[in-house]
Amino acid sequence: MDVLEKLTILTDAAKYDAACTSSGGTRTAKKGWIGNTSTAQAGCCHTFSADGRCVTLLKVLLTNCCVYDCKYCVNRRSNETKRAAFTPEELADLTIQFYRRNYIEGLFLSSGVFRSPDYTTELMIRALSLLREQHRFNGYIHAKAIPGTSPELVERLGLLADRLSVNIELPSEAGLKSLAPDKTKRAILAPMRQIQTRNRQSREELVKYRHAPRFAPAGQSTQLIVGATQDTDFHILRLTQGLYDRYSLKRVFYSAYVPVVEHALLPAKDVKPPLLREHRLYQADWLLRFYGFRAEELLDERNQDFDTRVDPKCSWALAHLNFFPVEVNTAAYETLLRIPGVGVTSARRILSARRVGPLHIDNLKKLGVVMKRAQYFLTASGKMAEGLRFTPDSLLRGLIAAEQPLLPRQEAVQLSLFDPVETA
Amino acid sequence: MDVIYHYDGSFDGFLSCVFDSYAHKEIPAGFSSGEDIVFSLFDSRTVPTDPEHAARVLRKVSALSPEAAVLLRKGFLTCLPDKEQHLFQVVAKLLREGPGFLRNRSDGTLYPVIRAVQHLNGEVHLLKGFVRFSDLGGVLGGEIEPKNRVLPVLGGHFAARFHNERFFLYDRTHKEALFHIPGQSVIRPLAAFQMALPDETEARYRLLWKRFYDTIAIKERENSRLRMHNMPKRYWKTMTEFQGEAYFQPDSSTAGFPSPSLQPTLPPDLGAR
Repeated sequence: MDVLEKLTILTDAAKYDAACTSSGGTRTAKKGWIGNTSTAQAGCCHTFSADGRCVTLLKVLLTNCCVYDCKYCVNRRSNETKRAAFTPEELADLTIQFYRRNYIEGLFLSSGVFRSPDYTTELMIRALSLLREQHRFNGYIHAKAIPGTSPELVERLGLLADRLSVNIELPSEAGLKSLAPDKTKRAILAPMRQIQTRNRQSREELVKYRHAPRFAPAGQSTQLIVGATQDTDFHILRLTQGLYDRYSLKRVFYSAYVPVVEHALLPAKDVKPPLLREHRLYQADWLLRFYGFRAEELLDERNQDFDTRVDPKCSWALAHLNFFPVEVNTAAYETLLRIPGVGVTSARRILSARRVGPLHIDNLKKLGVVMKRAQYFLTASGKMAEGLRFTPDSLLRGLIAAEQPLLPRQEAVQLSLFDPVETA
Repeated sequence: MDVIYHYDGSFDGFLSCVFDSYAHKEIPAGFSSGEDIVFSLFDSRTVPTDPEHAARVLRKVSALSPEAAVLLRKGFLTCLPDKEQHLFQVVAKLLREGPGFLRNRSDGTLYPVIRAVQHLNGEVHLLKGFVRFSDLGGVLGGEIEPKNRVLPVLGGHFAARFHNERFFLYDRTHKEALFHIPGQSVIRPLAAFQMALPDETEARYRLLWKRFYDTIAIKERENSRLRMHNMPKRYWKTMTEFQGEAYFQPDSSTAGFPSPSLQPTLPPDLGAR
């Protein structure tokens, strides 16, 4: 089988993994090595695929042969699909040649479980060492730690990669039991804990010794599949929060489940992937990481799922109208961040600009505040936007209209003549 | 009296204009550069570029605010219409009022310049990813078509990343090219440029990349609007994955070697120093 065909098969098998970022790298250019990872804090997209998602790394599997039989996965043992495997040389050559042409920022290496987790990880280590040691590749490497791998091998993997990730995939133990019988919660969490501990140790050592080895310097991430099981948004968000709090994850990715197989336990094959739900989860994820929100503020036992009509931040604001309006000239940074339409950047700009003189409503747009949303929730020098009149009802409609053009379009609900139509 | 300043179009030339306007105690009504001397109701003054004057202006600006100096340097690379006038006003305000207003992005004098620089930075950020190189017999070559003069900012990124490589990057809009050999890089004007045809190996990697690109998309999630939002179509012209079939065919006439006439050459003064 030639490399072109292998690449096709192993890319096709890897594409459902949502994680594709190159942020947080700190490798600077070194003499005799090729590449670096310090493009910017935010990472670098090299292209966008037809589905609109960022492509930054060469995202492939080492092999799609797998001994596991996870029901939701295209690579499961019982699925009849063409199997292939890269040799370490082929993989290293592709990475280097793509990198030189500036197609990619680095390599994202994942793999099906071939023979055993340990055996697979050893293959991955061989490929990565070839890339690092022989080809002197100094770019970004994201590697998958396979649940059930022995700690010694995870250790070696972490010294070669910039970021490691262990995919949780199914957000609950019950989901794992029914859909991924070969995996257990413990087998997933053990490497996560190890990566966290080693990452912290290596940071501490680096403070003392400049040349201490770096263990996964860009941290770790994970992925949760949304919509394959019955788990609610509240459950998923609390799990996310726990992962950020207790496992110091850099990112949690959500992947709307794309039905690839017929199975009694899974959504039918004609069900569309829940893109809007995935979008809402990402919005909430940002609120947790950058805006000082807690999962319990956004959802609770009674409201277990996000409002599909407005984003989580607006939703929170609508439920806490007595918190508003906020006066932008005096409010603290944390308070500014609670205003819909004010982000981390515009809040900082407000802090900086108001030291020069009082701010008025017409300054705010230039500071990057999205007035379509923010106008209902703030005052500047005691005044709201001129001519603004609204009732709680028209407020909701205004917020829905402001977001509409930005939403994933596939989900637009089609009204059918035969379904009973609810009137709002 | 209103007067138009005519200068050579360089950054130092512009700074010399600023110097002259203070020396003559006058506010320029406009700026012109290069061939296009504007005939108008205003008088015009030709300002000779004086590196010493330029350095003095820049030193003063840096002393008042180092950020303003960066803003000036980058602002001069942007495609903002009448950029000289806008930049002049920022300098004038800085000298008049001190650096306080630079904190307030919504300031009327500052805002257009900050927006233009943001546009430049955004373009640089996207191009860090969207630039495509081809291996032309050991030398990497690429082309871009940006709105702003991004090469001085973008050059540093590629010089660090590919410091061991020999490469060039041609800017079609501004007709100039960045040349790099290990250890140094320069930007030189280059009136015309034609990329050499790919050899066997190069054509193969192009094809591999195209295949990867076509395969990585999830069909069920197709969203061309989102793709266009993230990656505007004007960038597609120079990106491998959007080229027609001929782009992936090796050059058969030279049996795997790029034709010598089209081989890019590095400028003679590079490497001599």
